Amino acid sequence: MTALSLPTSTAADLLEGFPFPFSHDSYRYSTNVEPARSPVATPVGQWGASVVTVDSEYHRELAERAVLLERDPSRYGVLPHMEVACWDAMLVLLRELASARPDAFHLDVVDAEGPTYRWRNDLLGIEQTFVVGRRETLPAEPLAWACQQVQEDVVLLDQRSGELYGDAGVVTFAADWSFGFDLGMTFLEIHGPVPRVHAEGVIPRAREFILRLQPGQVYRRTNWTLTVGRRLDVATETYPEWGPDRAMVLHVDDDAFGHLVHLRVEVQHLLRLPESGAVMFLIRTHLLPLADIARVPAWRERTAAVLTELPQDMADYKGIAAYRSRAAAWLRDCTSTTTPAPASPSALAPEESR
Amino acid sequence: MAGTTGMSGSVRERLRLVVVALDDSVPGIRSLVLADAGGAPLPPFTPGSHVVLEVPAGPPGSARPRPTANAYSLTGENAHPLDYRISVLRAREGGGSAWVHDLAVGDRVTALGPRSGFAPVQRAAKHLLLGAGIGVTPLVSHLRSAVRWGRDAELVHLHRSGAGAHAADLAELAARGARVTTVTDRESFTALLDDLLRTQPFGTHLYCCGPAGFMELVTAAAARSGWPASRVHTESFGVEALDPGAPFQVAVAGRTVEVPAGTSLLEALEDAGLAVPNLCRQGVCGECRVSVTVPEGGRLVHRDLYLDDDEKRAGRCAMACVSRALPTSGAAADLEVHL
Ligand code: HEM
Ligand code: FES
Repeated sequence: MTALSLPTSTAADLLEGFPFPFSHDSYRYSTNVEPARSPVATPVGQWGASVVTVDSEYHRELAERAVLLERDPSRYGVLPHMEVACWDAMLVLLRELASARPDAFHLDVVDAEGPTYRWRNDLLGIEQTFVVGRRETLPAEPLAWACQQVQEDVVLLDQRSGELYGDAGVVTFAADWSFGFDLGMTFLEIHGPVPRVHAEGVIPRAREFILRLQPGQVYRRTNWTLTVGRRLDVATETYPEWGPDRAMVLHVDDDAFGHLVHLRVEVQHLLRLPESGAVMFLIRTHLLPLADIARVPAWRERTAAVLTELPQDMADYKGIAAYRSRAAAWLRDCTSTTTPAPASPSALAPEESR
Repeated sequence: MAGTTGMSGSVRERLRLVVVALDDSVPGIRSLVLADAGGAPLPPFTPGSHVVLEVPAGPPGSARPRPTANAYSLTGENAHPLDYRISVLRAREGGGSAWVHDLAVGDRVTALGPRSGFAPVQRAAKHLLLGAGIGVTPLVSHLRSAVRWGRDAELVHLHRSGAGAHAADLAELAARGARVTTVTDRESFTALLDDLLRTQPFGTHLYCCGPAGFMELVTAAAARSGWPASRVHTESFGVEALDPGAPFQVAVAGRTVEVPAGTSLLEALEDAGLAVPNLCRQGVCGECRVSVTVPEGGRLVHRDLYLDDDEKRAGRCAMACVSRALPTSGAAADLEVHL
């Protein structure tokens, strides 16, 4: 089981591209959306320049997605009226890949009639010519095929009668929720279990905002939690596999604790698809062990502060109530005990913190 | 996208376009083909979308003393547009449409990028598209998309004989399987309408665009035939000037401001020294949106083409350039505006 094998070391690009989510020493829910495609500098690198992100986990995560879909087909779902939205989403995802990594992905119009495109994915060795709307010109259904090539999870929301419905998607890396259960629900129903956000207006405001989103606009936000192990699949469906780790991790030694507990950050993008008018919601999950968080002093201090201050109901909802105090203490203490090597010289400059 | 702030979601890309072709073959209507001035591809758009053309001020003392902006439906290919196509009915002399009718091939124009407010409903069993005159324009892209994706759609175009805008586009789509009917007198249309409204499959959505009288006719007939309002969508581009309205009072920034008949809320706020961002001053661009509270017994008349039906029903915001409050009896002010 992934959670029990200690990861050896984190690839440099995962630390450098980590979207550290905290801008204050305390964290509360808010309708934290901002225009996308602008890079955010961190003490060790940057994130956010593109809508989709390809990193050194690309092959491993896509292989994992394939296994999960094979084992549990309910993680992919498309209601019948979402066919156009799926083609739309596929084209946007391919375009975003090509714009994020022009060295590795290429999308060209070969014939405006149809229209017909040629796609090349050099990382996976894919070459495909397809006609939009013609299923037989693709090796798989359009959304499924695109999700074999992006690390992002995808939910497509249909907008009708002034309401948003999560009517299609591929979600293999859900953080403690179930895509199969949520399929077809409204935006408000999907957020039903989240504490505070309804009374505080966070979710109603987010809904108003999404309803008004126009094609061409792309916004993003982050969300976070803690996960035991470098484990992307913590969906409700596999709870028996990962649920017990939350108690288990209290009993491992300090060294193992710092390597097992990960800060899990989702960079979420929201955009309106042009042809169908549906909304595409992308969830890109980044995991970084506390041992690596601790290599960046500003991150270490801030994460410790946030975990300490987090109100109990939010900790309960996030499923981290049992071990967040130990995580905070671990981060605070590891200055005095261990002094891990910095990732780069600038990593130790606290004044550069976000 | 361009640098933006906050939650408004209203920031739109400004496109620099050049006129590459003109067609004046239908009397009073000019069709234009616009391409990106730098040769770049143009953003794709949702069927039913429009662009807002910026219209410069005319010479001093002319009928157009200040710059304005007009909304025009995009009628061409939407998924991978190589150009943008619009059709403009020549209306008032000296207005924005007259300016468009004076453009020549090679002229530069600036437009706010596509905005969608009249989109197809993907789950609809069928789309019934009813257009009158120039009001057929947003329905052309609906029909093209329906043909591409094999959706059930039927279009009826009412126009004066010999003056059918987009007849060639519609004929081409009909040749590819679309159902298109043309009617040239109101009586035949009314008879056909009643028939159509009674025979649609369950789950059909009705899209209607044309002059105010036409839309009233269609929406009233739909209501009589039991169509729920949520399945009836209207768009009213290219229609006549708004009526001056009755005077009303607004409470704003701790004072009371009078809005006389014939003066817009925007103008009244400006006259009172209260700045509100604005551009088109005719309810299409979205710049002048203000938060409002409607007092007990009060009523807001939106009249804009920017907010969607749900936003209008919610009544929490208004477009200062065209929206008005109806005078209430008793309340201290007919509308509260929060700047
Ligand atoms: C601006 C937009 C959005 C905001 C502000 C927002 C906010 C939130 C917040 C605060 C949470 C709780 C997270 C936590 O504590 O771990 C949450 C959970 C969630 N969000 Fe969103 N969200 C947004 C968009 C979306 C969209 C478009 C979807 C698409 C389906 C979505 C799906 C979910 C799901 C499935 C959960 C987990 C709910 C559960 O526990 O079952 N969110 N969201
Ligand atoms: S100024 Fe454009 S909508 Fe009012």
